Amino acid sequence: MSIKDRLSGNEAVAIAMRQINPDVMSAFPITPSTEIPQTFSSFVANGQVDTAFIPVESEHSAMSAAIGSQAAGARSLTATSSCGLALMWEVLYVAASNRLPIALALVNRTLSGPININCDHSDSMGARDSGWIQIYSENNQEAYDNFVQAYRIAEHAAVRLPIMICQDGFITSAAVENIELLADRDVQGFVGEYHPESYLLNSKQPLAIGPYAVSAYCMEAKRAQLEALKNAKQVTLDVAKEFAALSGREYGLFEEYKLADADYAMVIIGSAAGTAKDAVDQLRAAGQKVGLLKIRLFRPFPGEEIAAALQKSKVIACMDRTESFNGRCGPLGAEVKSALFDAQLMPPVINYVYGLGGRDVTVEDFITVFAQLAEIEQTNDGGKKYRYLSLRE
Amino acid sequence: MTYNFKEIMNKKERLAPGHRMCAGCGGTIAVRNILRGLRDQDQAVITCATSCLEVSTFMYPHTAWQDSFIHNTFENAAATCSGVQAAYEVLRKKGRVDGTYKFIAFGGDGGTYDIGLQSLSAAMERNHDMVYVCYDNGAYMNTGIQRSSATPLYADTTTSPVGKLSKGKPQYRKDLTAIMVEHNIPYVAQTTLFRNMRDIHEKAARAIYTPGAAFLNVMAPCPRGWVYETADIMEICRLAVDTCYWPLFEVIEGQWVLNYKPTNKLPVEEFLKKQGRFKHLFKKGNEQLIEHFQAEVDKRWRVLLERCGS
Ligand SMILES: Cc1ncc(C[n+]2csc(CCOP(=O)(O)OP(=O)(O)O)c2C)c(N)n1
Ligand code: SF4
Ligand SMILES: [Mg+2]
Repeated sequence: MSIKDRLSGNEAVAIAMRQINPDVMSAFPITPSTEIPQTFSSFVANGQVDTAFIPVESEHSAMSAAIGSQAAGARSLTATSSCGLALMWEVLYVAASNRLPIALALVNRTLSGPININCDHSDSMGARDSGWIQIYSENNQEAYDNFVQAYRIAEHAAVRLPIMICQDGFITSAAVENIELLADRDVQGFVGEYHPESYLLNSKQPLAIGPYAVSAYCMEAKRAQLEALKNAKQVTLDVAKEFAALSGREYGLFEEYKLADADYAMVIIGSAAGTAKDAVDQLRAAGQKVGLLKIRLFRPFPGEEIAAALQKSKVIACMDRTESFNGRCGPLGAEVKSALFDAQLMPPVINYVYGLGGRDVTVEDFITVFAQLAEIEQTNDGGKKYRYLSLRE
Repeated sequence: MTYNFKEIMNKKERLAPGHRMCAGCGGTIAVRNILRGLRDQDQAVITCATSCLEVSTFMYPHTAWQDSFIHNTFENAAATCSGVQAAYEVLRKKGRVDGTYKFIAFGGDGGTYDIGLQSLSAAMERNHDMVYVCYDNGAYMNTGIQRSSATPLYADTTTSPVGKLSKGKPQYRKDLTAIMVEHNIPYVAQTTLFRNMRDIHEKAARAIYTPGAAFLNVMAPCPRGWVYETADIMEICRLAVDTCYWPLFEVIEGQWVLNYKPTNKLPVEEFLKKQGRFKHLFKKGNEQLIEHFQAEVDKRWRVLLERCGS
């Protein structure tokens, strides 16, 4: 049964949290994710959930407390953005290393400085190597659906890793759109109860977490963590299949939009994919073979599948909503290029940086990108491989 | 309350031998005596900040801790413990935990006075039912004796070294116990290894079984950093108390109580001269440094007497 509503992305995620009814939430306000802990606090205040809400004094403590509560055996979550995620950086690694399936609702916002409250992906991209599963959402519906699926992936016995469900600050977090919610009991049935194998409060078997590991063990621990993260790929697909049976909405590792026969392909993450799809539609209507690949799962990175999906593309644009300061490419560009290289595919790949600090990106901007891809193919001249879109020169 | 030394010392150890703390480390003695404050039938979850204590007691694949234990990072033991404790409340309501659990967080002075102060302050303000224990050895010992805000005036440390232009740490130590009292939590106490451990034992038991947040500051000498003969630890602690450098007191629901008033308050140099970290104070021409030190001890002692109404 689905319930039609009109909600912002933040409200949608808060509702998913209420439906999941987690054990502990620790959080600290930061624009544009503040609304999530606020809304959730009102659920706590009104007895709509059984959750203990810990109003910590910082995001570092939010994640630290979540690590404590999850390790204790309680399903735990938090929400943050930007500087908040940066402040958590140290403990993100600890959460992953301790194999704690904490869920984090990330509302993407640029990192300071200059201080700016609007969307780009510098926050989550900075944390991409912390060992967390990362899933990105295009709109409110996806943010909600991804959050409902989060614990099923994170808590899976073959995975047991923390998960970050990302959506774009303001663009989806604040914009009110139509949405289809699941019934509370359907979400509860889908997510199920949390019964960890080992936890601090198990009176039959005490547990010690967070050891000092000498060089003889540390490397094996990281490798075991990698294997678990890799398992998240298949689990994400399996969970999506079950979710589709429940909701009728289908998800994969990524979305292919008119990609199968596309000569010119764009790879993109987040809300701008919606705008880019409009550009694809317009160009398709004009007879151009253009298509799009929208990332859903970024960690682990499904490189082989993405390379396979792009194998017919003649020229590719990778759209990065963050600056990596290496002078060559952004994080998405680096991943896609290395995946293509390993698959022995050598199309020209142009890496665009766009939308930093909330810079608007329009259908026309994306039409320009596709025009540039076509020109590269026609002139056989790749030109600059690393470009900025809609920059005021 | 009667205190039976033999009986208390014979309680089952909750920190097993075989860990890698230095022989005679005050930190280990402090921890074992705090854990003796737990009733045998109760379980505990111990949180520990990165420190000598943590890296020496839980080296994969061995742990010395008999109770459940979590180490997170250097600065977040209080926040981590608060998360564990919140989880307990919820899971207990849901019938998913058996028995009674108590929550104790340990941090060194670096992890408590300095980098972990924010996390500690907030967890205490939220009044979680937990005890935070600072084992104060007056420097960052684990990384090689660097000064902290708990390091006493003039102490020679590796980041406040004595040199041609330096007499050791130029600043007084922070009075963290008083800062914690200002949080208006149910119980705060300062203690050390004194006489037959009665003071630390009673304060531990009281802190653990007081509902809400409690804070204990335990002076825990480090033979390596303080530079004294390992066997002298009890004498060093006695001198700290009898010189009023480290007074024993507790604050119960806002009421300050002095637990021990030396009949013969000793000059602070009795405490200082036993330790290599202060040896420069006893060089000719440095007499006024000891006077400064004494003046500060006296000032703080007077304030404490006033607060305790004694
Ligand atoms: C964020 C961070 N900064 C620095 C360190 C390095 N470090 C580990 S333990 C420690 C000192 C611990 O001092 P204290 O808390 O007084 O405990 P002690 O070792 O003296 O018992 C330091 C500086 C760290 N682990 N994490
Ligand atoms: S260095 Fe000092 S504090 Fe650390 S274990 Fe040795 S005696 Fe204890
Ligand atoms: Mg110390």
